[in-house]
Amino acid sequence: MARIVLTHSACRQYTGGTAELESDATSIRGLVRDLEARFPGLGRQVEESMAVAIDGVMHQDDLTASIPEGAEVYLLPRIGGG
Amino acid sequence: MAKHHISTTINGEPVEFLCNTEQTMLDVLRDELHLTGTKEGCATGDCGACSITVDDRLVCSCLMLGVEAEGHSIQTIEGMADGDQLHPLQQKFLEYAALQCGICTPGFLVASKALLDRNPDPTEEEARYWLAGNLCRCTGYDKIIRAVLDTAADMRGAS
Amino acid sequence: MAPDGTPDLKVVGTRPIRPDGVDKVTGRAQFGADFQLPGQLVGKVLRSPHAHARIRSIDTSKAEAIPGVKAVMTAADMPEITSEEAFVGEGPADFKDMSGNTMARDKALYDGHAVAAVAATSAAAADAALAAIEVDYEVLPHVIDVEDAMVEGAPILHDDMFTSGVDPKPATPSNVAKRMVFELGDVDAAFGKADIVIERKYKTAPVHQGYIEPHACVAQYAADGQVQIYCSSQGQFMVRAYVAKLLGIDISEIRVTPLEIGGGFGGKTLVYLEPLAVVLSRKSGRPVKMAMTREEVFRGSGPTSGGTVWVKVGAKRDGTIVAGDAVLKFQAGAYAGSPVGPGCMTAFAVYDLQDVRITGYDVVTNRPKVAAYRAPGAPISNFGVESAVDELARELGMDPVELRLKNAAKKGTKAAYGPTFGDIGCVETLEAVKDHPNYNVPLEPNQGRGVAAGFWFNIGGESSATVNINEDGTAVVATGNPDIGGSRASMAMMAAEVLGIDVERVRPIVADTSSVGYCFLTGGSRVTFATGMAVVEASRSVVNELKARAAKTWDIPVDAVEWQDGKAVPAGSNAGDFEPLSLEDLAAKSGRTGGPIAATSSLNAQGAGPGFGTHLVDVEVDRETGHVKVLRYLATQDAGRAIHPSYVEGQIQGGAVQGIGWALNEEYIYDDRGRLDNPGFLDYRIPVASDLPMIDTVVVEVPNPRHPYGARGVGEVPIVPPMAAMANAIQDAIGIRLTELPMSPPKVRKAVDEQAAAEE
Ligand code: FES
Ligand code: FES
Repeated sequence: MARIVLTHSACRQYTGGTAELESDATSIRGLVRDLEARFPGLGRQVEESMAVAIDGVMHQDDLTASIPEGAEVYLLPRIGGG
Repeated sequence: MAKHHISTTINGEPVEFLCNTEQTMLDVLRDELHLTGTKEGCATGDCGACSITVDDRLVCSCLMLGVEAEGHSIQTIEGMADGDQLHPLQQKFLEYAALQCGICTPGFLVASKALLDRNPDPTEEEARYWLAGNLCRCTGYDKIIRAVLDTAADMRGAS
Repeated sequence: MAPDGTPDLKVVGTRPIRPDGVDKVTGRAQFGADFQLPGQLVGKVLRSPHAHARIRSIDTSKAEAIPGVKAVMTAADMPEITSEEAFVGEGPADFKDMSGNTMARDKALYDGHAVAAVAATSAAAADAALAAIEVDYEVLPHVIDVEDAMVEGAPILHDDMFTSGVDPKPATPSNVAKRMVFELGDVDAAFGKADIVIERKYKTAPVHQGYIEPHACVAQYAADGQVQIYCSSQGQFMVRAYVAKLLGIDISEIRVTPLEIGGGFGGKTLVYLEPLAVVLSRKSGRPVKMAMTREEVFRGSGPTSGGTVWVKVGAKRDGTIVAGDAVLKFQAGAYAGSPVGPGCMTAFAVYDLQDVRITGYDVVTNRPKVAAYRAPGAPISNFGVESAVDELARELGMDPVELRLKNAAKKGTKAAYGPTFGDIGCVETLEAVKDHPNYNVPLEPNQGRGVAAGFWFNIGGESSATVNINEDGTAVVATGNPDIGGSRASMAMMAAEVLGIDVERVRPIVADTSSVGYCFLTGGSRVTFATGMAVVEASRSVVNELKARAAKTWDIPVDAVEWQDGKAVPAGSNAGDFEPLSLEDLAAKSGRTGGPIAATSSLNAQGAGPGFGTHLVDVEVDRETGHVKVLRYLATQDAGRAIHPSYVEGQIQGGAVQGIGWALNEEYIYDDRGRLDNPGFLDYRIPVASDLPMIDTVVVEVPNPRHPYGARGVGEVPIVPPMAAMANAIQDAIGIRLTELPMSPPKVRKAVDEQAAAEE
C-alpha cells in the first residue's frame, strides 16, 4: 500500500477534489492502471503529463520504477528545463 | 553591377578577392574567403563577434566594407596561432576555461590581443572597458578577464 | 576511499583542457552558420509587421518570377496538424502550435511571426523576393501585457482556447489557456498562526536568452526523400523528431548532424528554421541554408515569460515562516505553454513550509511564443517570494541569511511542492555565504547588500553513449548531446575515470542522429547527470569485457581478474601470478581474443538531484542617474560533485550575470501598434564586461546518491536568485523596495524622486 498525494488541480479534477489516495500498485505502470480504473482520465493524465516522485525521487517517462510498500508518492507536473 | 577587385593582405598573406559594393568585410571573410572563424552575432556593430584588426586597429568587420580592405593588412583569428603554436592568449583562454560555447571567443581573442599590443599592463578596469564591445552570454566575463590579465603578466615576464 | 565514503577519484574533479578547445580558440570549430554545401541556396523568412492580423491571402507569384528565386513557401506547403494530432508522440510539445509558430497559417499572432519563406541563388535575390510577396492582412486589435490579456473584452488570440482547470467549463474563449492550483496543508489556518504577514505584488519583464549565435541551418532534401539537416541546436534528436512531425516525414528518412552551438540556454530546444529549409529544399531541389539576423532572433524566437507574482508570506515573531500563498500570471507569448507550472512548484521550494497554496495562470499575448530559458519559470516566482522574504526579515529585524537558515529545506524536509527531499545542499550554500569574506565587508552610504536563495529540480531522461576502444588503447566516446559549455570534457573525464586512463587518451565526439543511440535534449541541466551516467555504464561494460579478455589470456576465471589503474591484474595471489595487462596490451591483442572491444549504454536516468544556490550581492546606487553598480557578487551552489570545477564555476558565473541583466536592464519595448522597438543588442542591453565585477563562486558538494560520482545539474540554479538579490540590495542601499523588473536607471531614478517628494 502506498500513499498517493495529488498537489495539483490538474489531477484533483479527476478525483472530485480529493488530494490523497491509497494504492496497492507496485510500479508506476500499475499506478497508472489503478488510477485510470478508479478515476477515468486520471491514469492517462499521469502517464502523459505528470512526473511521479516516489519517496522523494523524481521519475519522468518511466513506467517501470517500482513503488515500495508504504511509499509516499507525489504526482507533479512534468519538469523540462533550459 | 561589376564586382570590385580587391588586393589586400590577410594574416600576412597577399589575398585578392572580388566583392560587391555593399558586401561587408565580414561577409567577404566568411562567404568569399571561407574564413569562418570570424563570427556574426549581430551585423550591427554591437557584439564584437566579428572583431578583426586592420593595420593593427581593432574593428568590427560587420561595419567595414569589403572594398575598404584594399591595400591594408588584416588579421583574423585564423592568423593568431603560429602554425600549431597557440598564441599565449589562446592557451590561457583554454587553461582558464574562458569559453563555454565558444562563439564569442574569436572576437574576444582578437580584441584582447589588440589590447595587449597597445597596453601590456592593463588594469582590470582597463581590460573590462576595452572588452566592453564584445558580448559573451555564457561566462559572465570573469574567466575571460582573468585569462587576459594573466596572459599580460606572463608576457611581461617573458619579455 | 575518502573519509566521507566517496571513492578516490583521479580524473573527476580535476581541470583538464577541454578536448574541443583548440578548435574553438583558433576559429576552426564549425558553428551553425559556418557550414555550407555545394550549390546551396540562401533561404530567408518574411515576417509579419503586425502584432495581430488575419492573413486573408498571400500572393507569391511576383516573387517566384524574380530571376534566381528557386522556391517560395507558405504554411500551405506544410501539412496542417489538427487538434487531435497535436499531442501525438512523446513529450508535452503541442505540434499544432509548433507548426503554427514556425509558419503562420490563418493569423499572424505577433510582430515577427513567419508568414512565408524564399530560397534564392543570392541574398539579394532572396531579399527582392521577400519584398515582392504580397500578403493581404486584416489588422486586428492586439494585446501585449499579461493582465490586459486576461480582462474581459481583451482581443482574443485563439477562438478555440477555453480556459482549462476552471469549474464550470467556460463557454467563451479566453486568452487564459490554463489555471492551476497547487495546495499543501491548510493555508488559511496557517496564516491565522502568523504574527507578521507580508503581501505584495511583483512584476517581471520577458527577457531573451540572448545567445550570441543566431539560429542557423542547412537542409538538403534528396530526390529519394532522404533529408539531411546540419544545424546548431540543443538536440539533434529533438530537431529530427520535430521536423519529422511537422512535415510528416518518417524519422528514418532524416539525419541531423549537430554543428557547434553558440549558446542556447533553453532557446534552442525547439525548431524555427529547419522545417522551412527542408520544405524550400524539397521545392527547389537544392540545399538551402538559412540563418536568422539578430533582429529576427529578437522578433521571432524565445524569450522567456514575463509575469506578475502576487505573494503573501506569514511568519511567527521568532522568524519561523508558517504559510505561503502566491498567484502567478505568466504570459506565454502567442501560444499556450508558459513555464507557470514549474514557476508554481519552485516558488517556495527553498523553505521548509507545510502550508502552501500557489495559483498559476498561463496566458497568451501577441508576443513571440516563449521558449525555455534556464530553470524556466523559477526566476519569476523566486523574484517575488525572495523579495517578500527579505521584507519579512526587515520587519522581524533579522539577518536575511539567518532567517533563511532558520527556515531552509534540508534532508527529510517535505518540499513546498510535495515530495520529501533526500540529500540536498540548501543549508550548505547559505552557510557558505556566511563564511565568505564578502558577507562582512563594510558598506558605505548608498551601498547595500542583498541575498536570495534559489532552487531548481534538474532532470534526467533518456541518453545513450558508445565507448569504442581503439587498437592502440585509446578510446572514443560518442554521445548525442551537443556540447554547449564543456560537456565533451566531462564525458571524456568520466570515461577516463572508469577506464583508468589519462583523459587525453579519450576522444569524445558528438555524433549525428544516425550514428549514436537516442539522446534527449541538452537542457534541464541533465547532460552531465544523465548522459554522464550512460558514459559511465558503457565504460563499465568495456572494463568488464577487458577483464574477460585478460581472463582468457591468463586462462583463469573472470572473477579472478581486477581492473586497477587502467590495467587488468590478478585478484590476489590465489588467482595466479601474472604480469598486469594494460588497456593498451589488451587492445592490441583484441582481434585475437574475440574481436573489437566496444560497449553501448542506453538508459532513462531518473532521480536527478535537486539543486540549490544562494547569491549575495553588494550594489551602489547613484541617486542622480538611477544607475545601479554591482560592487561585489558571490554565488554559492551545491553541484553534488563538480566533474570539471572550472566549467561548474563558469555555469554559475554565466547564469548569475544573465540574472543581473534580467534584474537591471533587459526588457522588450513595444510601440502602441505592438511592434518591437528594440530588436538589437544596442537597445536590448545585455551585461558587458565593464558593467561587472568578478563573480565569486563557492561550489559546495553534497553528493547526489543517484549518480556514480555524485553529480547534480548545475546550469539552471544560478539564474534563479539574482533578481531578488539585486532588489534586496537596492532596498538596503536606498531604502526603496522596487517591485518591477528591470530596475533600470529611469525606474530607479523615478523611485528616488518619489521618495524625496514623499519626504518633503
Ligand atoms: S557581428 Fe559585428 S559587432 Fe556583432
Ligand atoms: S562562451 Fe558563449 S558567448 Fe561567450
